[in-house]
Amino acid sequence: MSEQVLLRVEGLSKSFGSVPAARSVDLAVHRGEALGIIGPNGAGKSTLFGLIAGDVRPDAGRIVFDGRDITRDPPHRRCRAGIARSWQIPRPFVHLSVYENVLVGAYFGAGLRGREAERAALAALADTGMDRLADRPAGSLTILQRKRLELARALATRPRLLLLDEIAGGLTEAECVELVELIRGLHAQGLTVVWVEHVVHALLAVVQRLVVLDFGELIAEGEPAPVMADPRVQEVYLGIHLE
Amino acid sequence: MSAGARTTAATAAPARSPLRLSVPLTVLAFLVLTLLPLWTERRVLNDLFGVLTLFALAQYWNLLAGYAGLVSIGQHAYVGIGAYVLFAAGIFLGLDPLTGILLAGIAAAALSVPAGLFIFRLGGAYFAVATWVAAEIFRLLAARITPLGGGAGTSLPPSVMELLPGVVEIRHLFGVPTGAARDIVLYWTALALAAFALWMSWALLRSRPGLALAAVRDDERAAAGLGVDVRAVKFLVHVFAAFGAGATGALIFLDIGRISPAAAFSVLDWTAYVIFVVVLGGFGRLEGPLLGAVLFFVLEKAFADYGSWYLMALGLLGVLVMLFAPHGLWGWLERRFALEWFATRRVPPASAVPPYDSRSSTQREGRSP
Repeated sequence: MSEQVLLRVEGLSKSFGSVPAARSVDLAVHRGEALGIIGPNGAGKSTLFGLIAGDVRPDAGRIVFDGRDITRDPPHRRCRAGIARSWQIPRPFVHLSVYENVLVGAYFGAGLRGREAERAALAALADTGMDRLADRPAGSLTILQRKRLELARALATRPRLLLLDEIAGGLTEAECVELVELIRGLHAQGLTVVWVEHVVHALLAVVQRLVVLDFGELIAEGEPAPVMADPRVQEVYLGIHLE
Repeated sequence: MSAGARTTAATAAPARSPLRLSVPLTVLAFLVLTLLPLWTERRVLNDLFGVLTLFALAQYWNLLAGYAGLVSIGQHAYVGIGAYVLFAAGIFLGLDPLTGILLAGIAAAALSVPAGLFIFRLGGAYFAVATWVAAEIFRLLAARITPLGGGAGTSLPPSVMELLPGVVEIRHLFGVPTGAARDIVLYWTALALAAFALWMSWALLRSRPGLALAAVRDDERAAAGLGVDVRAVKFLVHVFAAFGAGATGALIFLDIGRISPAAAFSVLDWTAYVIFVVVLGGFGRLEGPLLGAVLFFVLEKAFADYGSWYLMALGLLGVLVMLFAPHGLWGWLERRFALEWFATRRVPPASAVPPYDSRSSTQREGRSP
């Protein structure tokens, strides 16, 4: 059983002042699965990602990745261990080219050198359809291109767990379809994906399991259809239609 | 997607890198500066000595603040340490001044390690204040060294200056008196240190750790999330900048010939003016300190006679640049004309473009945890 679990989060809590962002969250992510996380604004979704990626220090609880306790590891060590993330608001290195942005991940995340790193960076650009923009300064990209760059950089670190933070937000319907195809393809190649998303229909096109957060608490978990039909979830999501 | 990409690519082309021209031109400028003592008078060399040493200090501060995000207001600590180590090496060990300069750099780098362990615990404004506090501590310690004159300081004995290599040869070669020959050696040393600062910074930025540094400059959290050990990168730059400030400080006080804690650890001379030069020329740009040092020198030559009015005008200019050209004059030129003199951009190898789906899941899973 435990070999099937890639990431385990136990009793994870975090408060900002008196506002709880995570309240004793327990969660297991299985190898090769695609897990979706939904919840209203301020439910603690991004905080949970921060806790897993290491930007946010937990007040209590434990994070185990691949059988190793990483609760006290800094972000760069977690990335090197195989956890990659995309930021909700893209954070490109604006003075570097697209290619250099991705090269950072290949060099320091995947620990590659020389030609090998260059090839990995180019492969990540090709996988995300960014190869034609390789020479462009990252500061000049459009929002969709920035989101793709987030994904390309994450892939260049050769992750085993990919954390996607609202990567479909702000995209047109056609762009969204493209992105879903891309993520579905990565998942099909064996990558474990955890995806936080407000655009629920995009999420449901990919994930096999759904977790719902509300006020830092995990209120529902399971297969997408029953979870979305759960009265508590419907209450939380009043006004958001399930397609 | 690709259609949209093409239209935007046309409106925002990648920065032009006139590398083919800029490297030969820079080398040419270096050669002209090297041969300058053949036909110029001593006064010009002394002026250039000031520009070159100021540029070197500015380049190291730019690496610290402009790239590593370490806004230090205590770099005068390492200038002072360098000066004191040079004098100590000459007076107590009888070392020649050029070896002394190297030793000064190494000592400053060594002392920056314990100082760094202390100040790196603090962030933001506290970090800046801590660098100043550390500099004050070093200044007070220097004032306790009674063999070097304590608080009053001391002069460099002529016997140490006589050890300066190359003076005799130049006196014969150029047919100039000893004093002028010394100035030529000091000028060449300043030129070498300035070239070292520029070349090392350029080489660093083009290297693997340099990419980490550039990423840290643009976004620390994103860099850490991609596997960059931000703290290690910053510490490396901190130690390197201390080495540079130490060696440059040693040379400056070799030229002055006299040290005191107040002069060697002067926050105005070795930190404030240096910051002004970087802000004026271009923050976080390799070209910035070069442009800034030249501009500052021109301003000083033209207006220094106006005394305090000049200083107030300098302050006003600094504020205006910060408001309207936050990346300095070079940053403005770069944006306006898509210029890049010292290209550090990495270009993807054209031959290595892989077929679309070359990455397999086994490749990804094959990595050890």
